[in-house]
Amino acid sequence: MKHLLAIFAVIASPAAARTITVTPGGDAQEKLQGALIEAQPGDVVEIAAGRYALTDGLSLDVNRVTVRGAGPGKTILDFKGQLAAGEGLLVTSDDVVLRGFAVEDSKGDGIKSKGADRIVYKDVRVEWTGGPKETNGAYGVYPVESRDVLIDGAVVKGASDAGIYVGQSENIIVRNSAVSGNVAGIEIENSRHADVIHNLAEHNTGGILVFDLPNLPKMGGGDVRIVQNKVTNNDQPNFAPKGNIVASVRMGTGVLVMANDGVEVTENLLEGNATSNVMIVAYRNAFKDAKYNPLPRRIAVHTNKQGRAGFAPQLPGAAQLLAAFGDQLPPVLWDGTGEGIAVADGAVLNMNVALGAAMETAKPAPADLSKVARGPSRAAVVLPTAMEAAAR
Amino acid sequence: MFDHKSTSPAKAGAQSGDVATGPRLSPGKWLAAIVSGGCLIVVLAAATTDARRVDDAAILADGYPPTLSAFRFFTDIKARTPATHVTAYALNTPLFSDYAEKQRYMYVPAGKTARYDASAVLDFPVGSALIKTFGYGAGAAFRPIETRLLLRRASGWVAIPYVWNADLSDAVLKRSGTRVPVSFTDPSGQARTISYAVPNQNQCKDCHALSGAITPIGPTARNLNDGARLQALVAAKLLDRAPAGAPRLARWDDAAAPVEARARAYLEVNCAHCHNARGAASNSGLWLDWQQADAVARGIGKRPVAAGRGSGGRDFDIDLGHPERSILTYRMESTEPGVAMPELGRATVHAEGVALLNGWIAGMQSTRK
Repeated sequence: MKHLLAIFAVIASPAAARTITVTPGGDAQEKLQGALIEAQPGDVVEIAAGRYALTDGLSLDVNRVTVRGAGPGKTILDFKGQLAAGEGLLVTSDDVVLRGFAVEDSKGDGIKSKGADRIVYKDVRVEWTGGPKETNGAYGVYPVESRDVLIDGAVVKGASDAGIYVGQSENIIVRNSAVSGNVAGIEIENSRHADVIHNLAEHNTGGILVFDLPNLPKMGGGDVRIVQNKVTNNDQPNFAPKGNIVASVRMGTGVLVMANDGVEVTENLLEGNATSNVMIVAYRNAFKDAKYNPLPRRIAVHTNKQGRAGFAPQLPGAAQLLAAFGDQLPPVLWDGTGEGIAVADGAVLNMNVALGAAMETAKPAPADLSKVARGPSRAAVVLPTAMEAAAR
Repeated sequence: MFDHKSTSPAKAGAQSGDVATGPRLSPGKWLAAIVSGGCLIVVLAAATTDARRVDDAAILADGYPPTLSAFRFFTDIKARTPATHVTAYALNTPLFSDYAEKQRYMYVPAGKTARYDASAVLDFPVGSALIKTFGYGAGAAFRPIETRLLLRRASGWVAIPYVWNADLSDAVLKRSGTRVPVSFTDPSGQARTISYAVPNQNQCKDCHALSGAITPIGPTARNLNDGARLQALVAAKLLDRAPAGAPRLARWDDAAAPVEARARAYLEVNCAHCHNARGAASNSGLWLDWQQADAVARGIGKRPVAAGRGSGGRDFDIDLGHPERSILTYRMESTEPGVAMPELGRATVHAEGVALLNGWIAGMQSTRK
């Protein structure tokens, strides 16, 4: 939100866009941060191939700047020696394009964009190179409090919370991205109007999560479509530090919908998820927030390819459950709360746990939710054409 | 003895009237020195030669002069002697910055005054500047590292860092920030060596932004108000008024003040510039301003949102009665990026601040067994 800047942009005549090129060697920190500070709206900051050893977080606060590397395997921003800041790269301006570079081993989050409207992440990689560890940063790609977000072709590995995390935002597309070895692969939280399309979420604790949490400035998450993703073999033991909401995600969760309104899960390949392909649950912690609805509402699961699931469920009483169901639970798990839960493409196990009750009080039983009416699918999220052009 | 308050520049200012080179003071010259709460405010209002005056154009013009001396905030840059209308001030509760000493000055152009505001920062007129020099060593032993400027231009505030030369002859513009190895002795007598971070311009804004616009943080009525400071600023014609009922923030290190007031003051100054609905941590839902009434927003029983390993395996930001189970103090006790709070400007643990917050949380009535 840069109202002041917008007013002055009209007064100032735009200079011709320049390309500021940064090359490896010398003081990478000063060169890169200098370029990001001196860039003018319309400029391109080009980071040549090579490895850049950084000691501090980088940040960009200029509108309409493109930060472009030589490719996610070639231009590497290395934060192993980071001494301060909560992330590797922080973007706080609008109309920014980030493409073709990698952030490795940042101490906190990888790339965060806050209040950065119309941001494009294209072919970026964020990775913690030591594999899954509790000491890794929380989020890989982290847009928050933003309107119009495009994440296309991102690769994130090793995040101790979520690989791609979109929080408190609106009008979002996450597509063609690959997330593995994270606690949560992709997470859409307290956000509205998101399409998660054609991603690969494999070998995480949980593949794709859609959450709404209480006591936050923006709540009432929902209106999310999860379409044509491959959510398979999410078999990473949970390594999130306790206290975080994702620390409660059970290993082997494919898609997890918690406390949202209007989520459609369709045309996905869901397979090899030891606890469940799709879980639909309420937010179960105690909370004080009159504006918050902890229940799942209008959740539609249909036309997915539901492969093998629930063969090693991380649930209380798993052994008895498996004995009862014959070595494999139904692929969809529901806690029995909420309304408008429609599941047309797979058997459902209703855990029957009342809101406020412990998981241990579950009375699991099969449920048929195939007759529950589901509303029409909403149209795809459309982003400004300039964003789509920037992502080509 | 290590003194947390800004070193008073009064001596240098008062002794700068060397007849040969000093300012030619008009008959209307007056000098007011008000001692208040350990802070000495010196006002030199005089008709001086232009070279002895602050360069108003440097404050107002676009761009960033390459040296600090270009602004002429100091008549003698090496001695850091303040120029006319450049007035020292102190705060009840300062930001902790790795035990650095700070020398704070405000400049308001001649004929203008800042406007009192009961809740926000004082409303400084266009052309004003806030000048804050960070360094180590008390009194005469003070050695500056950097001087941060906040300049009130027509388009709003801008923030710029200047780093002092090795010979302290001037400070040079460092928009990209830098790191300086520093050794000092902390209040407990422990020798420390740290990599002191001079913020880059974006990092200045990370803390100094409300809804994306740069703003000062320190000079609020409540943090200036020690019973005399606001009145002194009015007497010096820098401030338009100082109402009797002005709010007052506690001194964090005032043993005579209630621990609640001290802890809330500490959080207000060290955290609330980001942890408010319009700040850099707006998405956290954790608001640490001194009068925040919503218990969950203040962190009590609040679960973290995006803390990552900053949670330290703890469930709540503040767990009543249990500092050892509270994320807030866990993050204050860390210097690890990704865990440490504040995220910027701290490479050492503020042991005294942590002790204050731990004591405050421990004394809270626990609702849990």
